[in-house]
Amino acid sequence: MTGADASSTLVEVEDIHTYYGKSHVLHGVSLWVGRGEVVGLLGRNGVGKSTTLKTIMGLVRPSRGRVRFEGGPITGMPAHRLARIGIAYVPEDRRIFRLLTVMENLRTGLDRRGVSEARKHELTDKVFAYFPVLAERRGQPGGTLSGGEQQMLAIARAMMLEPKIILLDEPTEGLMPRMVSQIRDIIEVLHREGVAILLVEQNVPLTLQASQRIYIMEKGSVRHHCAASELRVDDTVIHQYLGV
Amino acid sequence: MSKRSSYIYWTGFCVIVALLIVEPFILPEFWRRFVTEILIWGLLAMSSDILIGYTGMVSFGHSAFFGLGMYGAAAALLSVAPPNLWLAILYGLIGAAAVALFVAYFSTRLRDIYFAITTLIFSQIFYVIIFTWTEVTGGENGLTFSRPALAIPGLFSLPFTTSTLHWFVLAVVTASYLILRRITQSPFGMVLQSIRENEARTRAIGYAVERYKIVAVMLSGLFAGLAGVLYAIQNRFAAPDFVYFLVSGEAVIFNVMGGIGTLVGPIVGAAFYLLLREGFSRFFTEFYLIPVGIIFIAMIIFMPQGLLGFMRRWLNQ
Amino acid sequence: MEPISAILHALPWDQILIQTLNGIVTGMILALVASGLTLIFGIMDVVNFAHGELFMLGAYIGVVVMATSGSFWLALVLSTLVVAIIGAALQITTLRPLLGRDPLTTILATFGISLVLQNYALWQFGPVARKIQEPITGRFSLFYLEYPWYRIVIAVLSGAIIGGFWLFLKYGTYGIWIRATTQDRVMAQAMGIPVPWVHTAVFAIGAGMAAASGVLFGPLVGVNHAMGIDWVLRAFIVVVVGGMGNLGGSIAASIFISLLEAYASIWVDPAQAVIVSFVVLILTLLFRPTGLFVPTPK
Repeated sequence: MTGADASSTLVEVEDIHTYYGKSHVLHGVSLWVGRGEVVGLLGRNGVGKSTTLKTIMGLVRPSRGRVRFEGGPITGMPAHRLARIGIAYVPEDRRIFRLLTVMENLRTGLDRRGVSEARKHELTDKVFAYFPVLAERRGQPGGTLSGGEQQMLAIARAMMLEPKIILLDEPTEGLMPRMVSQIRDIIEVLHREGVAILLVEQNVPLTLQASQRIYIMEKGSVRHHCAASELRVDDTVIHQYLGV
Repeated sequence: MSKRSSYIYWTGFCVIVALLIVEPFILPEFWRRFVTEILIWGLLAMSSDILIGYTGMVSFGHSAFFGLGMYGAAAALLSVAPPNLWLAILYGLIGAAAVALFVAYFSTRLRDIYFAITTLIFSQIFYVIIFTWTEVTGGENGLTFSRPALAIPGLFSLPFTTSTLHWFVLAVVTASYLILRRITQSPFGMVLQSIRENEARTRAIGYAVERYKIVAVMLSGLFAGLAGVLYAIQNRFAAPDFVYFLVSGEAVIFNVMGGIGTLVGPIVGAAFYLLLREGFSRFFTEFYLIPVGIIFIAMIIFMPQGLLGFMRRWLNQ
Repeated sequence: MEPISAILHALPWDQILIQTLNGIVTGMILALVASGLTLIFGIMDVVNFAHGELFMLGAYIGVVVMATSGSFWLALVLSTLVVAIIGAALQITTLRPLLGRDPLTTILATFGISLVLQNYALWQFGPVARKIQEPITGRFSLFYLEYPWYRIVIAVLSGAIIGGFWLFLKYGTYGIWIRATTQDRVMAQAMGIPVPWVHTAVFAIGAGMAAASGVLFGPLVGVNHAMGIDWVLRAFIVVVVGGMGNLGGSIAASIFISLLEAYASIWVDPAQAVIVSFVVLILTLLFRPTGLFVPTPK
């Protein structure tokens, strides 16, 4: 595997150490995501995958190490700035604004400086085309949506930021198979549009299908890194680290 | 505590107590009364520390305990002649205990902010009652009475002078400090601190958290009431001003300035605050609270461990 | 029938009518003060002890502006703006550094601010109460009684301000930002909302509302340095009874408590009427701790 090529690297994480209180959660994590790439991050529960995403998003401060975006340092920058320069985050439990309507949820990402009304309409139309169920429910409070619909909303909301990379944390967790394939479709669409994705997942087949490269984490660090094509679902490596 | 730091601690303790014993011979009258006041407020601050520093329950209700201790003592000193010191203490403690019981009941049902606000409002309830129930409490003007003598009926009777009163207060406060210290270092004290750290976990381990909280409130209330009794004896009056929540606020300020959870810290905090007040009032007359308040806020932001914490870190370097 | 009609005859209806109006008027002002308080708590978990002092400061600035310009309305607007700015400054200097620390520290910090502001006012304006002239004098006839127009104006204006703010929350972009931040601070940040500034803005808005209440209330009583204390205590009671962070609840609770106090003052000394609020608080804490006007949590 060749290392990160500076010009096409979008996000680079270098030797990150993160603590939750006294607990040493990340022991020197390093990875990178190139422009427009879909990169999968696999691993069992509790190995630090979500923490890695949160560190990139500035929601958690690393005690050591660096995070870079488009070559420039972003370690410790507050999340709201990162959202504005092109990093979007879809957390593990979706966390849509339950008391805001679907449309208002979308507006939290839409209402930015420098976006014309026309562009806003374009974006909402586009996302309603991909997720017709959201269009139906646009005036309803987010909390009344089903789990799958909330996941759609969480992704749609992130798309409103017109991000260069989306950090997706376990989007298919708890979803029915029909919804899972919808998620896979939307990842495909985003990839075609040139949006990079760092995908954290437990669903191995989906991740292998959708990603170009795979990282596997265990106990707070990256243990394996290869092209997705080099791995099969029943690979020994998969067995070793994911115990499937 | 290790052997060596224990030795240092007790030496320091004896030195300070010795200084305080000798002090009436050295300092002029005004400063003698001042030191006595520091001791009394220090006692109030220590009692407050039991709740805030050790159990993690922020309370603005200490003015109620203090005030009722004061008025209780007043009641004893006015109703029985000749005024009896021990009766005053008894009445004061009973008064404070009654209020503490009331507050303790609510303490078990409310958490954090709700508890803090409720204790604040309780102080104010008592303030309003005392302020308006003029026939009994003297209303706005409060009650005045004479100082009782240090007496053991049948044995001797010595009227207090500024110095002897100082020594009496010193004895009471020192004894209180030693008792409280013993308690906070006992298994009971450990449980309180565990409640402060993580109440849910303490409960999960199996401790009856409610009971511990009630005892903590009673303990805190009693010593605060004792401070109120001492204050009444020293100044010979009881006034509603001391039941106003501001007094609770000041107790909390002493705690924060000195360092919560240390017992000694609050006394240091009280001394620091009173000295600041004295100093600033020479320049600013009555508006000393402006610079003192600003210093207080700055200390919260920059010195959250209080003076004691700051000195500890400084000494460790 | 006899005892009932006897009771009905014995009730001082004229007093009750007046006190109902008084209760509603005071309730609306209290609602305006409490709204700011509950908003600040809801969005940043800060118990703003200094809220009463912002009210007091607003009243004093009103006095000063009126003395120089003679216009009550100018006083109202300027005071609101100035105190909002002061509020923003206070939040940035003293509360932002405390973000993420034990909530105890913000209670203490705002307590410290209240001490400083109170004594500052005492220093600058002295202990003697000042007066604000009411802009609309004259009374209207209510049956055989006369009731001042100005008090009705207060109630209407307070309602208008609260209503306007509610609309702002529900519709504009910034309203969405505030609501999103209140619900989930972390995700609001992840969506690009500048949460630290939203906090500052909300604190400023709350401060402005308190100041407006102070100016509106000024003509009813004298303006003095201690006027904030009663209000902040009542506002806290309202916020707890109405449900922490619940805007509609605190408005309902404000009117409820003010009416009770107003009726109580028919029979007891007004200084003691405040005990009624305390009783309501204690009952609420005992039986419905999440708030009287909040639907029981499932």
